[in-house]
Amino acid sequence: MSGYGKKYEVIVVGAGHAGCEAALAAARMGRKTLLLTMGLDTVAQMSCNPAIGGLAKGHLVHEVDALGGEMGLNIDATGIQFRRLNMKKGPAVRAARAQADRMAYSARMKSVIEAEQLLDLKQGTVIDLLLQGGSVAGVRTREGLDFSAKSVVLTTGTFMRGLIHIGLNNYSGGRAGEPASMGLSERLREIGFKVGRLKTGTPARLASRSIDFSKLESQPGDPCIRPFSFLTEKIERTQIDCYIANTNERTHQIIRDNLDRSALFSGAIEGIGPRYCPSIEDKVVRFPEKNSHQTFIEPEGLLSGEMYPSGMSTSLPPDVQLAFFRTMTGLENVEIMRPGYAIEYDFVEPTQLQATLETRLVPGLYLAGQLNGTSGYEEAAAQGLLAGINAALKSRDEKELIVGRDQGYMGVMVDDLITQPTLEPYRMFTSRSEYRLLLREDNADQRLTPLGRQIGLISDRRWQVYQQKLSELGQGGGILSQRMIRPGDQKWIAALQLGELKNGLQLEAVLRRPEIDISQIAELFPELQELSDQVREQLEIAIKYQGYIKRQLEQVARFREYENISIPENIDYSQIESLSNEVREKLSEVRPTTLGQAGRIQGVTPAAIAVLHIFLRKH
Amino acid sequence: MNASETIIAPATAVGEAGIAVVRISGPRSLEALKTFFRPTSKVNTFQSHRLYHGTLCDQQGQHLDEILAVYMAAPQTYTRDDVVEIHCHGSQQVVKAVLQLYLEFGLRLAEPGEFTYRAFVNGRLDLSQAEAVSQLIHCKSDSARKLALSQVEGQLSRQLYQFTEQLRQIQILIEAWIDFPEEELPSEDRNHIFATAADIMTQIDHLTSSYHSGRVLKEGAAILLAGRPNVGKSSLLNALLGEERAIVTDIPGTTRDLLEEGLTIGGVPVRLVDTAGLRKTSDPVEREGVRRAQQKLSQADLVLLLIDGSKPVAEDDHYALAACEGQPVFIVRTKADLPTAEKNNISKYDEYNISSKTGEGIEQLKNAIQEFLLGDYLPGAESVLLTEKRHFDSLVACRRNLGHLCYSLDSDQPMELLAMDVRDALYCLGQISGETTNDQLLEGIFSQFCIGK
Repeated sequence: MSGYGKKYEVIVVGAGHAGCEAALAAARMGRKTLLLTMGLDTVAQMSCNPAIGGLAKGHLVHEVDALGGEMGLNIDATGIQFRRLNMKKGPAVRAARAQADRMAYSARMKSVIEAEQLLDLKQGTVIDLLLQGGSVAGVRTREGLDFSAKSVVLTTGTFMRGLIHIGLNNYSGGRAGEPASMGLSERLREIGFKVGRLKTGTPARLASRSIDFSKLESQPGDPCIRPFSFLTEKIERTQIDCYIANTNERTHQIIRDNLDRSALFSGAIEGIGPRYCPSIEDKVVRFPEKNSHQTFIEPEGLLSGEMYPSGMSTSLPPDVQLAFFRTMTGLENVEIMRPGYAIEYDFVEPTQLQATLETRLVPGLYLAGQLNGTSGYEEAAAQGLLAGINAALKSRDEKELIVGRDQGYMGVMVDDLITQPTLEPYRMFTSRSEYRLLLREDNADQRLTPLGRQIGLISDRRWQVYQQKLSELGQGGGILSQRMIRPGDQKWIAALQLGELKNGLQLEAVLRRPEIDISQIAELFPELQELSDQVREQLEIAIKYQGYIKRQLEQVARFREYENISIPENIDYSQIESLSNEVREKLSEVRPTTLGQAGRIQGVTPAAIAVLHIFLRKH
Repeated sequence: MNASETIIAPATAVGEAGIAVVRISGPRSLEALKTFFRPTSKVNTFQSHRLYHGTLCDQQGQHLDEILAVYMAAPQTYTRDDVVEIHCHGSQQVVKAVLQLYLEFGLRLAEPGEFTYRAFVNGRLDLSQAEAVSQLIHCKSDSARKLALSQVEGQLSRQLYQFTEQLRQIQILIEAWIDFPEEELPSEDRNHIFATAADIMTQIDHLTSSYHSGRVLKEGAAILLAGRPNVGKSSLLNALLGEERAIVTDIPGTTRDLLEEGLTIGGVPVRLVDTAGLRKTSDPVEREGVRRAQQKLSQADLVLLLIDGSKPVAEDDHYALAACEGQPVFIVRTKADLPTAEKNNISKYDEYNISSKTGEGIEQLKNAIQEFLLGDYLPGAESVLLTEKRHFDSLVACRRNLGHLCYSLDSDQPMELLAMDVRDALYCLGQISGETTNDQLLEGIFSQFCIGK
């Protein structure tokens, strides 16, 4: 083995969505950073659907952006269809979603990484972790190089002992066409990590020119696009449509007739798949009463001839895949360019992590992304960003960053991961958050940008944009609380259909009326038109949902009571007599850092929390 | 209360019955049995849940008592630990000797309620069941015992579970509508949400209205005897106590003014509080007594205001009546064996004529008291009663959230805010019967709807 002359402070292994964010964050925070990937041509690869965002995931992207990450900017630059979902279901569950030009997405991310001063991007397959006195000291590659650094972030995705299933055939691979990473999970096991196995899948990619789009319903993007990033002003790229196709009874019959050739149903797969993303054979079997399933046919890029049929992931053999697709209207002559497949992979049980994403077992070693049993690019990016930030902070000997459940979906996710057992790939849903109304896309910057500024990840430009927003909010709030509509203001009263007024009304009070929205008021008051669209929306939310927001803030205050009671790192649970053995084991395993977190561990009863609380008070 | 220790305690009241049961729970239970028990017929391994006959011998091998013993293997036991029960003779000396033997052996005497606490900690009982068990231990009368039993069997739990299930179904729908806008789901149905919420609210109202009778059954009702001096309060007290005198507790320190007696009236535990006479007075000592009596008035579940039926209504009677303003009051005219002085009712309250001397009217008064305290509740009936203040508070809070849900529906608030009301309502129920986890919610969504794009 030969050492590599250059010294790094942070090494990131894997250049997927987690790895890219981790490496960029560490480098932007002034750390000499190395990003190692098995293949330089697959940086920020979208292995499954070519889309970013959606419910809760869009929220995560906004948070990544607000904290100084890259994902929001990257999708804004390469998105080819944008839609905001749930516009009528409430202010906090509006979510951005975009189709990405897959190749452009990857290429842009690579060029951003290449341009980052303190960041080196290199090809290399890591086969071993170097330890020194129990702490991480660097990595060793298959090519025979040792790289040393005090902080290492692993983001190896589905590559560890990846096993691809197509029908009854299976072979080792990290993604279709790419090799798996074989040594690393063995090494992690050796060190003492608990490693589990999960399964996921992806559908076939269809040839665009073989689809009769005239027979499919088209689904256009929003005419007026709200970008993901707080920094993006305008979406420049050409926008295109998606399409909707449907399965039918004939499709289902073919699937049922061939179940014995499905890797899933023949028992060849031992890993656990996600409930929210079942294969098409799963859906047909579990919901026999449904005689049709919808699929969105999504373009993979402006220059790509591949189409992604959502919800059609499968482990059936390619001939069956072709046969069932061809039963669908519009797909009668479809050609498959890449078959769908299922993949099993190793993951590290994330209850072994701290809220900083550092492992408890090996100081300096951070894990992020699918390796932690999550699924989704956005979930990966958010973890990568946090891990990169904390790796950088640790190498600077500074206090690490923990995002609370009340501060962001990132916080919800990490807290869930480290306190709950992972029984399937973890995906973010808004229902996982107790404080959903506070964790909105529109206020992600207010929640996280100041934190990012503190740790040195927020550029001056982003900080200025943020300050500008705050000042506009203050300005707008002032207008709404001070400007009045008086009984004599007939023109305004008529325009807003306010009926008879006895006394003057503040604009705030007018806006509180359910039938009135802020755009109607802004039409009459030009000073409101000077504010940005985002600021107006937020002013409206603050006033219209004031009562509900107050309720949530009270809940947060209650949550903080237990959250602020910290548990000493060296606590010896065997000293607490009144705890049952089971609870003691759980607590010793997860080692929660706060009483609130202890209460969220499965199997830790309220009675045990009371006991622990008393113990903490006494000591 | 360390759950790894093995604990012991008598499970039956000592001193009265022919048989006493001593219960042992914890990992050393079986060892404790084997060490001192000599079975009548040879036993190689004790089978779980089987009764064995034999003798219990002490450390020196001396015969202690002839007993029946049962070993129950975890987890099919009350505490979910290994349990041994020893059925010995009921005398205090025997029970004491058995306890002494095992304490020397290294077992620990259980804290009050510790068996139940273990059952709760080990997940055998939910909180409302555990509470009912502790009531069972403390219950004071037959009716309270029946109430406690029905809660143990989970009647309250069952009803709360049903509310929780109904709300969960709504939550599953709402959260699916929110989190999966691109999936094919049943169309949004706000009327269905409204109807479900209204239905649960009605049922909660029904439950909470039983709170009063439930609490009275458990804690006992406080009945205050009031009236001017020498109107016959003590005589009535004695007449009511009669043969039913169950527990008599003199509360010390209240020499001149308040005397409490415990008894049951129609199965309801009652604390009867005798007060100093209520009248205007300048005597400082007596004035203090009057002040305390007035203070007690406000805490009473019922005031029996006594008026001497043989004399004309006096100013002091009106004074006493005024002092009772705002309280539930029965007017009791005493000395019905003497000629009646006044025929007309003196107030809006129900009036009863009694004679403590002859017993005339006492039964009717008792029936009226029982009916008043229990309302529609008949002891032994199958209705679910709320006895815990905590249950009551949780249900009231749940109902408040459901009320808010209806308001949110009425004012056309978006789905997300409805979700918040439902979540908060479920949280309140969760305080009684255990929380709904996020995973349960997601499981509900994924098992009912075909999600996956």
